[in-house]
Amino acid sequence: MMNITGTGIGQGVAVGPVVRMAERLPEPVDRPSHLDPEREGERARASLSVVAAELASRGAKAGGAAKDVLEAQAMMAEDPSLIDEVTTRLATGKTAERAVFEAFASYRDLLAGMGGYMAERATDLDDISQRVIAHLLKLPAPGVPSPGHPFILVARDLAPADTATLDLDQVLGLVTVDGGPTSHTAILAREKSIVAIVGAADAASLADGDTVIVDAAGDLVVAAPTAEQIADAKARIAERAALEAAPVTPGSLADGTPVPLLANLGSADGAAEALKLGAEGVGLFRTEFLFLDADSAPSVREQQEHYTRLLTAFAGKKVVVRVLDAGADKPLSFLNDAPEENPALGLRGIRALRHAEVILREQLTALAAADAATSAELWVMAPMIATVEETRYFHALATELGIRVTGVMVETPSAALIADRVLAACDFASIGTNDLTQYTMAADRLLGTVANLQSPWHPAVLQLIADVGRAGAAAGKPVGICGEAAADPLLAVVLVGLGATSLSMSPSALADVRASLARYSQDDAKALAQAALAAEGAAEAKQAAHAAASEITATRAPAP
Amino acid sequence: MVERTVRIGSTHGLHARPAKLFTQAVASSGATVTISKSGGNPVNAASILAVIAQGIDHGDDVTIVVDGGDEHVVLDRLVELLSTDHDE
Repeated sequence: MMNITGTGIGQGVAVGPVVRMAERLPEPVDRPSHLDPEREGERARASLSVVAAELASRGAKAGGAAKDVLEAQAMMAEDPSLIDEVTTRLATGKTAERAVFEAFASYRDLLAGMGGYMAERATDLDDISQRVIAHLLKLPAPGVPSPGHPFILVARDLAPADTATLDLDQVLGLVTVDGGPTSHTAILAREKSIVAIVGAADAASLADGDTVIVDAAGDLVVAAPTAEQIADAKARIAERAALEAAPVTPGSLADGTPVPLLANLGSADGAAEALKLGAEGVGLFRTEFLFLDADSAPSVREQQEHYTRLLTAFAGKKVVVRVLDAGADKPLSFLNDAPEENPALGLRGIRALRHAEVILREQLTALAAADAATSAELWVMAPMIATVEETRYFHALATELGIRVTGVMVETPSAALIADRVLAACDFASIGTNDLTQYTMAADRLLGTVANLQSPWHPAVLQLIADVGRAGAAAGKPVGICGEAAADPLLAVVLVGLGATSLSMSPSALADVRASLARYSQDDAKALAQAALAAEGAAEAKQAAHAAASEITATRAPAP
Repeated sequence: MVERTVRIGSTHGLHARPAKLFTQAVASSGATVTISKSGGNPVNAASILAVIAQGIDHGDDVTIVVDGGDEHVVLDRLVELLSTDHDE
């Protein structure tokens, strides 16, 4: 046996045979063909039509929106203008592979140069080009393989489209060589509850057909496992299936202390699924999607309709809505007009909203109207608060427009350091661990080269969370967590030990966190938190919490 | 040979699904059809790549020329396709 380490996504386990995703093909060499142009033309047309037929049949199988996309791709593969381009190049003595490559590339460049939607279609052309060249060379087609039996997919990395269309009945688990915990693959895997390990550099050595264990909780892939290890993994899979089938109960610690478990949502469409998985409310409702594809802000009426739909779905429950958080990685044309050198440190969140106050006023008005028409408990919070003065501004404006409970996101170290004074000026705080980590560690969360610094386990980040927790307890005001940190079952216990009064996460993480919290008492959580706080770095903090947790669970009967 | 100028009805212009529906209709008509944006060169309307590369947006005027086959019937059908909003 051999262990390959990486970053586990979620807590799942999977066992199965490896199927590797074919790597991208190199650019065909531009050399004179030894066949005549007519013969090369036949080869090219044959491969183009095979690929077109394949795409069309995949489309028919997929149905829905994917059908239209794949049918359009099939048409591109047999496009008359494209075939003209291929023929022109064959006449100069090029090979079919090279002529196909160049013809697709010329359209790809043309579309990429047009920007926007056209540039996205450029990627489609690359994909079709690769498929045709692979067929000409009799090589496996790039893209997700379909071997006809369940398998563990091993890839360098996946395109978002590949991850989104994975057949979850066939793909038992996913291992990528590249990519970090915040990559697209990781985010989608988390959302779809796919057992995954990302950034497993040594996974490149795995061969098709090898049986492996993918252990996301342990951050490792076990190559050539023993029979005993396989039996153990299968027992864990069965245990997790039982856990998922268990009735959903409100979140609480072993001693009965309630810790409400809430959902992070980006649209009212996710409400039913979140409720099914046991969300006790919404801890973070992101409102950006209402604004993202727009050239101007949506009307008060449009917004009110959407908020009413959300609040109706969560009747009688708490719903925390974050007002528009634009800027940095999600700029909006009508809000962020000037280019900035450091967008993460620029006019974003509450700063941008103050700059364009009419947008904030309209949003708060729509929220207050939706609240009045429904029976959910609406709380509204502002992103990127750095000062008490900003807190007062938001609280006063929201109150004036009819919002009953107002709070702030704690994402900047400054807000955490003066949390007592910030909390005195509003009703609650919610800690956004992703941004708090980025600003505490001074490491851009979108930059792969500094991804190693982007861990919420770092004691510096935990210390700031502890400060906010203490301030909340002293003031008798709630302090929630609404970053990815809350979705890590062990870190969730640590966060409660640091003073978090509720946890909000992707709904798919609720079951694991619920089970983890039920294993520890309030005192246990505090002990885990102290162990992590005292460590010197992120990895050591995680280790210390693990060690403290094992000590606690070893001295008592296993959790139900 | 018949021709007509028509305004694009689809909200997102002649891209994606509307472009696919249009080129499919042209290809199945059996006629030779070209499409041009006002002031632009006519391109083969049976080529989805040529059509989307024109960057035709909602509200643009385009000229359709149909040659051969049941010209008037084909032209009527294509004009109706282009003026309908397929993105609703």
